[in-house]
This record gives sequence, C-alpha cells and structure tokens, in this order.
Amino acid sequence: MKRQSQGEVIKVSGPLVIAKGMRDADMFDVVEVSESRLIGEIIEMHGDEASIQVYEETAGLGPGEIVVSRGAPLSVELGPGLIGGIFDGIQRPLDTLVAMEGDHITRGAFAPALDREKEWEFSARCKPGDRVTGGDIIGVVQETEILEHRVMLPPGKAGTIVEIHSGVFKVTDVVAILETDRGAREEITMMQRWPVRIGRPYVAKMSPSAPLFTGQRPIDTFFPVAKGGTAAVPGPFGSGKTVIQHQLAKWAEADVVVYIGCGERGNEMTDVLMEFPKLPDPKTGYSLMKRTILIANTSDMPVAAREASIYTGITIAEYFRDMGYSVSLMADSTSRWAEALREMSGRLEEMPGEEGYPAYLGSRLASFYERAGIVRCLSSDDEERVGVLTAIGAVSPPGGDLSDPVAQSTLRIVQVFWSLDSDLAYRRHFPAINWLTSYSLYQTKVDAWLNDNIAPEFSKLRVDAMTLLQEESELEEIVRLIGQDALSDSDRLKLESARSLREDFLHQNSFDEIDTYTSMNKQFKMLSLVMQFYYEAQKALERGVAFDRMVGLPIRDDIARFKYVPEQEVDNWYALRSEQLLEEMRALSD
Amino acid sequence: MAREYRTIEEVTGPLMLVRGVENVKYDELGEIELADGQIRNCKVLEVEGTDALVQLFESSIGLNVEQSTVRFLGRGLELAVSPDMLGRVFDGMGRPNDGGLDIIPDAMRDVNGLPINPAARDYPNEFIQTGVSAIDGLNTLVRGQKLPIFSGAGLPHAQLAAQIARQAEVLDSEEQFAVVFAAIGITFEEADFFISDFRRTGAIDRAVMFINLADDPAIERISTPRMALTAAEYLAFDLDMHVLVLMTDITYYAEALREVSAARKEVPGRRGYPGYLYTDLASIYERAGRIKNKRGSITFVPILTMPDDDKTHPIPDLTGYITEGQVILSRDLYRRGIQPPIDVLPSLSRLKDKGIGAGKTRKDHADTMNQLFAAYSRGKEARDLQIILGEEALSEIDLEYSKFSVAFEEQYVSQGFDTDRSIEETLAIGWELLSMLPANELKRVRQEYIDEFYIWEEAEACE
Repeated sequence: MKRQSQGEVIKVSGPLVIAKGMRDADMFDVVEVSESRLIGEIIEMHGDEASIQVYEETAGLGPGEIVVSRGAPLSVELGPGLIGGIFDGIQRPLDTLVAMEGDHITRGAFAPALDREKEWEFSARCKPGDRVTGGDIIGVVQETEILEHRVMLPPGKAGTIVEIHSGVFKVTDVVAILETDRGAREEITMMQRWPVRIGRPYVAKMSPSAPLFTGQRPIDTFFPVAKGGTAAVPGPFGSGKTVIQHQLAKWAEADVVVYIGCGERGNEMTDVLMEFPKLPDPKTGYSLMKRTILIANTSDMPVAAREASIYTGITIAEYFRDMGYSVSLMADSTSRWAEALREMSGRLEEMPGEEGYPAYLGSRLASFYERAGIVRCLSSDDEERVGVLTAIGAVSPPGGDLSDPVAQSTLRIVQVFWSLDSDLAYRRHFPAINWLTSYSLYQTKVDAWLNDNIAPEFSKLRVDAMTLLQEESELEEIVRLIGQDALSDSDRLKLESARSLREDFLHQNSFDEIDTYTSMNKQFKMLSLVMQFYYEAQKALERGVAFDRMVGLPIRDDIARFKYVPEQEVDNWYALRSEQLLEEMRALSD
Repeated sequence: MAREYRTIEEVTGPLMLVRGVENVKYDELGEIELADGQIRNCKVLEVEGTDALVQLFESSIGLNVEQSTVRFLGRGLELAVSPDMLGRVFDGMGRPNDGGLDIIPDAMRDVNGLPINPAARDYPNEFIQTGVSAIDGLNTLVRGQKLPIFSGAGLPHAQLAAQIARQAEVLDSEEQFAVVFAAIGITFEEADFFISDFRRTGAIDRAVMFINLADDPAIERISTPRMALTAAEYLAFDLDMHVLVLMTDITYYAEALREVSAARKEVPGRRGYPGYLYTDLASIYERAGRIKNKRGSITFVPILTMPDDDKTHPIPDLTGYITEGQVILSRDLYRRGIQPPIDVLPSLSRLKDKGIGAGKTRKDHADTMNQLFAAYSRGKEARDLQIILGEEALSEIDLEYSKFSVAFEEQYVSQGFDTDRSIEETLAIGWELLSMLPANELKRVRQEYIDEFYIWEEAEACE
C-alpha cells in the first residue's frame, strides 16, 4: 500500500485549491480536502505544492485546512447494482443521497456507488482448478429481468481458482479465491474498481460495419451510425439536440444505455427518470430503465465534477462492453464538458488556445471518442466475445456557429454528423436534421448490410431520395426568383415529391405513440411508397397526364398517414396501398 | 469578536487586496469600516496564504487604504427570510428600502443556495394560464419552468411581464400564489412601472421586490438575483406557495459579472464575458423548479434585452441553452402594431408537451398547436414570395396561407396588454383561423378533431 500524504491548504480560488506538503502524492490522485472531506483530484504538481480541482462547492474553505490523499486516482465502482441507477459526475448515487441528505446536494455528502447491503444471486461459471486470466467470466448475476451481469476477473489478474461458490452474496463478499502464479492467494469479490481516465483494456479493435438501429427515420435511412461508431449532434438551442439524445437512449438497439447529462438542465434528467420506467423496450418489452444508467451532473452542480462525468460514464460503458454487450453512450453535452475544462484551465492560469479553451481540448476530445469501438474482449476463452461501445455526443456551439472550437475538434474525430438546423426547428420540422449538410461515413458499409438484410433495392431508393432533396433545394432557388409558374411539370413533380419526402418520411413526431419508433421494415416501406409515387408519376407525365391531376389523388393522403400505421399492420397496409397507387395512376391515363 | 485588519494593500475597481489575514475562508463575507464610520460590504474571492482578495459590493468612493478597517464575518452572504417579506420592497442586498422596519427573521439563508438533487426534482407538468394566446396556445408555460423573455431595447417586455404576473392566477383558488420581482440595473422608470402596476392591481400584497437601479452599485447586481431566488425558495419550499419570479434585466447582471472578471484579469471567453458565464447563469436559472413531496413551485421568467437584437450574443445564447425555451419579441411585429409582439416561430416552450392535452387544457391542443405553427410558417414564406414576385406568382393555396398568416398575427397574437383570454378562448380563435384553410390542408390534426372543431361556415365564407 502506498503511503498516504497529508498536506495543508494554502490557496482557494473557486474550485481550485492549492495545498503544500503533498510531495508523496501522485498526479491525479483523489484527495479529501478539509474536515468536511470535500473530494478533489490533483491536476498539477509544483514541488510539494499540488493544484487540486475540487468536485464540490468550496465556499467556507480557507488556508490551513488539511488535505489527505487517498493514494489512488479517481475510480469508479463496477459490479451488480449499476443498472437503473442515477449517479453524479463522481459516481455518488443521487437517489441514495436524497434519502440521506434531503432535496439538495450538501457538501461532503458521501455514499458508496454500489449498495453494500443489497444481495445478489451469484452463480459460478468456473470451478476450482480452472485457470483464469483478467476478463474471464467467473460467474453471473441476473441483475435485471433483461440483463445478465457477467462478473469478470479484473484485468491484470491471473491464476488458478482455488475456491468459488454460487449463492447469495453482497457486492463486497468474497465469491472466489484465486491462487496467483507466485502462489499468493487473492480474494475476488463481485465488485472491482477502475480509474476513469484510463480506458479499460481489450484484445483488439475491429472496424464497425453493422448499423445501430435507432428507429429514427432520418438517422437509420439517411445518416446511419454503425455499432461501435461515433456520432455528433451539434445544433443551436431549441433545435432538438436533447430530444434526439433521449430518442436514441430510448430506442437504440442496445443491451445497455449510459446517458450522461453533463452540465445540462435538471428537469431533463427528471424527465428521463420519470419517463423511462414507463416505456417498454421494443425488443424485450421490459421497462427501458432495466437497461439504462444515468450520470447526472446538471449545470448547477459543481463544475469540476462535470469535467469528470464523461469519464465516469464511459468507464461504466466500457465495463459492460467487456462483458460482450452492445452499449450505447449518449453525452449531452460535450460543450459543457469543454467549458468545465476551460474554467479549470483558466484558474490554473494556463496559456489559452482558441476562445479561451485550453490547447489540449482537441486531444482530450479525441481520446474520449476513441474509447468507443467494437472490440474483442479480454478473455482466455477460445470463443470470441465481442463488445460494442457506440458514443454519441451532443455539441452546443454558441449561436449554432460550427466554427466553435469544440464543434470543430469534434467534427475532426466523429464519423457521423447530424447537423441540426434552427430554420427547420422554426418550421417545426423535427428531428431538425438538415439533410443537405449532415453526413455519415458509415454509409457504404451500412448500405451493403441493408441491401443484404432488408431489401436489395434499399440503397438505390435512398440515393434517389437524396437526389430529389438536393434538386429541391436548387429548384427552390429558381422559384424564389421567378415564381412557381415558370417551372415545367416535371420540376413541379420533383418539388411535390420532395415535399412529400420531407413531410411524410423525414418528419417524425417523437411525442406520438406510434411515430416515435419506426422499424427498419416500416422505414423501407414508407420510403418505397413515397418514391413509388414519384416514379409512377414520372411515367404518367411521359404518357401526357397533367401534373395537377396527380396532386389530388387520394393515395397521397394515405402516404401522409403511413407513419401512424402500427407496426403489425405495416406489411398488409403497404401491399394494399402500393396496389392502389398503381391503380389510381392507371386510371389517370385512361 | 472578529479581528479587524488595517492592512488593505490595494484597491482596483471593485477588488481589494488585504494582507496578513488569518483564518479567512473563501466566499466569506466581510465589512469595511471607513474612516467616517460608514460600513461597506465585501466578500472573499480568493485566499492565498495570508492574502485575501475581496470584492466590494458597493462603490470604493471615499475608501482610504490607510484608515479603513476590514473585519470578516465568518459566514457567507445571507438573507433574512420570513412570511412578512410579502408586500415589502428591498434593495439589491436584501435590506428593506421601503422605509419599513427590518424583517424579524424566521431563518437566515445562504443566498448561494445548494444545487437541487436531480433525483429529488419533480417534473413540471401543470399548465399555467397566462391569458396570453401566443404563450398559452403555442408556447405553453408550466409550473416550475424557466422561460425567459428575449427582448430588445425599446420593446414592451415590461408590459408583457407585468401582464403575465397579473393574469397568471392559479385556477385552483386553494393554492397560494406569490410574485418575487427582482430589478437588476434597470431605470427608475421601468422599476416604477412594475411597482405601480403591482399596486394598481393589488398584486403587491403577495409580492416581494428586490430593487437594484441603474445608479446603484453595479457589483450589487451579482447578489440581487440570488437574494430574490433565496426568498422564492423560502416561499415555495417552506411555505408551500406557487412562486412566479420575474427578473429584469439579466443583461446587466452579466455585465456586472464581466466587470469583476475583468478586474481580476481573468482570461475572457466570448465578447469579454468570463468563461464561467454559463455555469454562473445556470446556478441562478436552475434554482427554479419543483421538488417531490413539496407543494410549492418556482416558475421563473427572466427578461433580457438582446444587445442589437442579436440572439447569438453570449447572454441570450447561454441563457437559451439553460432555460426551457424562450419567448422572443420581434421589432418587426412591434412596428406593425402587434401587441404583444411575440414572434411565435423562434419562440419555444420545451415543456409544453407535458402541460397540455386532455385533462390539462383540451385534447386537440397539441394538434392545433402544431398545425398553427406549420400554417403560419408556410404563410410567412408565401408572404415573402409575394413581396418579391407579386400576388400573381402565388398559387391559390399559397395565397390562402398568406391571408391566414396576416389574420393570425392580428387576431391571435395581437390581443393587447389588458386582454385576459382563457385557454378555451385561445383554442376557439385558433380554430376560427384554421377554418380559413381547406380542411384537407390540416394534415397535422387528427380527423376526429377536424370533425369536431372545424368551422365549415368559416371555410365557405372564405370562398
């Protein structure tokens, strides 16, 4: 055990505290400041003076108070009991704190992240004599109805199991005894710790190729994100960033969802806390909360803990990834995280880079997103365990201006960019993802997957639809100059079809019970019906049918209503309407 | 007795350096006694060894470095709270300034408050009827929401705020209602407008006012909103009242913050505002809300004037990221005589969806709201086109949308500052307007609601 060092405060400036007598402490060690034991982290050392960022309000702190190092970097507790929990930026359980301290977060409040009293049914997956190494699954706990918590040997450990028991245990109880190669005996519990600023190890990283379905039409069809990929949602306020993040947390096809509310509104976290337990997971039918972990460091909570929150979140996500699960991580918003970084940097009197942000902003962001990916998990088993961590970050650029350093640094890293647009938001076109400026670098890979698994003509339809939207924006320019009458019938058809694409396909109402989630099958059929109208109408134009006669066809009302058709009726409905479309078009030529 | 220091080293702007202090804490409150016995307040911004950097709340005029003494009070800035605060007027530091007696405190509260645990929050979902159609119908306010008014110099935001304060009565008369008003750096006339309006309508009896005028010390402005919210928290969570907090003008607050930051020579963020402006504003705005198992609530309507009507200026921008929507006033509408000049398209209430619908307002509310937005937006586009190309260039249906958008502004938005419309009236006007359009154009409204509410005679009259 490392020697713990004890020092003394000499300077307090907001969340930054400088203490002397800290020569024995290491960089990034967690320290407790003053009698109220405020938690902080060492971020700089000058001789025996340590600069400490304190995760709690420092009012009332003064020189002379004691500082004690815990001798370990900021770590999170990993084990059964994480799912369904709500934690702050340094993994204090917020619901336990309400019970302990009341409605407000008081200083120095502390409770262990994992409930020490709760008992779990542990069933062993190894037997005495088995040789195991870090990452091997030694047993499982059914944590919720839908999630089996795989208890792994912590990375870096190896040896032979001497003793292991199935039964009912608390997280800190010894479930197994390991004899290491040197002959030492080590006690293994269900709980392990991991420092948040270091990524958890894996065997190898793989390239993402399968799409992560989210049930959101503009995303899945036009700008898909791959499992294990990274995406960013930048947009000005009011453009629906948070709604998109919530929608993804609700409907993304994942085993575990980690949602980080980083410097955002308190009511948004409350919304998640109240709404998720009531919503069923489309895949399993159980409440969404049974697969969700919330990290809430709202904007009024201490700024230094906000800086830590995204690391706390991603470490928990990595832990579930290591079990072989598909984990989705949403961070709302990385701009607030960057601001916390800037605030600490300013207090440290570092030389600022762009807009006062520290020069290392880009590299910090990059190393955060790089922790996402699809990996072969650590394990000595022959069967390969593959874990997925998809990271989706919201960015809140000032005034929606993408030249902002946080937005720019993010765009250099992420593969998918959903650009939210305030004009679309004013028109109440939601999700306000601008189809002309957004992109997804996974498109080619995902296209291949969709053509193989959904329908062979999927990518062609998508390309046609995108072309149509592109042409619309050009035609609109012309209309603005010379008016609608100047257009040929074929151009007017394009405008009308593009409008239908926008209103009947891209527009999706998150607050409607049915429209909030669209399966891939339904997405394909909706798109195909919209495009079918366009193709058929083009043919009809060639036959000499006037454009005005097509606009009023009854089928167009049906196309508009398709989004409200329940999933189980989709196939039937589509077959009928597709038939009807052809018939109505034929009738026009007669 | 606290020790007194005669070791003031330097005074620059609102900052003062005191040497040789002992046992001084960060954020501690201090008192400076001038040579002539005057007392001024200050607070500790930074302690380093035996040096304390303090921030003055009042001006430094007449402060003599040699002859003044400083003592530290061992506590932060506090506000004396009691039910007797209702009906009283205080200055920006929480001292009575209406000539009345000091408040006999029920409790002393730290004005910085504590962050509300997100797990203890209750989600705001109760409809507040403000009697203003553009808010009730389209940007619905709910209890516990923070909804700022983004205005510009010379626009009638004060009238709108006063109208909301006057009309936002709780329908259920069992509940107690209070208004907390904070004036931050505004002119005497503007403050007087509010005070007289509250007097005229009798609202003053259930109001607590904190007034920091334009000629009061700018640094006091940093405390004023915190005083007001501390009072609001007491009324809401100790006395079970539903509190509406009006605050004007946040822009002056941010400027005061910038002044202190500049004096400390901090690295500035955008436009000279400190990098922590977001965090600081959040520590004010986030104090609004509801708490589980508490009956009261804090609904917060801050007003800010956008410099040069620029919504991307750091103050409105950061505010918009924290608050749950915004009500935007438009100079263009104001010039055309639309009152209140609420620009409904960029305005937004993020919590509206939870506060409307069957059992809260009416079942068709959400659909009509979406339809009105869509139709008005299309109508405005058509009008823009009309200006460039003339009426002939519009298709027949676009012409109808164009007419609709004009009628919408004149009948729906422009109701004057004295009209109090019930939500039924607002919805009825909405349907009258929507009935100007053909029924099959109303794609965002469910058929059953069209059958029930669409006014067919109206449509015929239009044709």
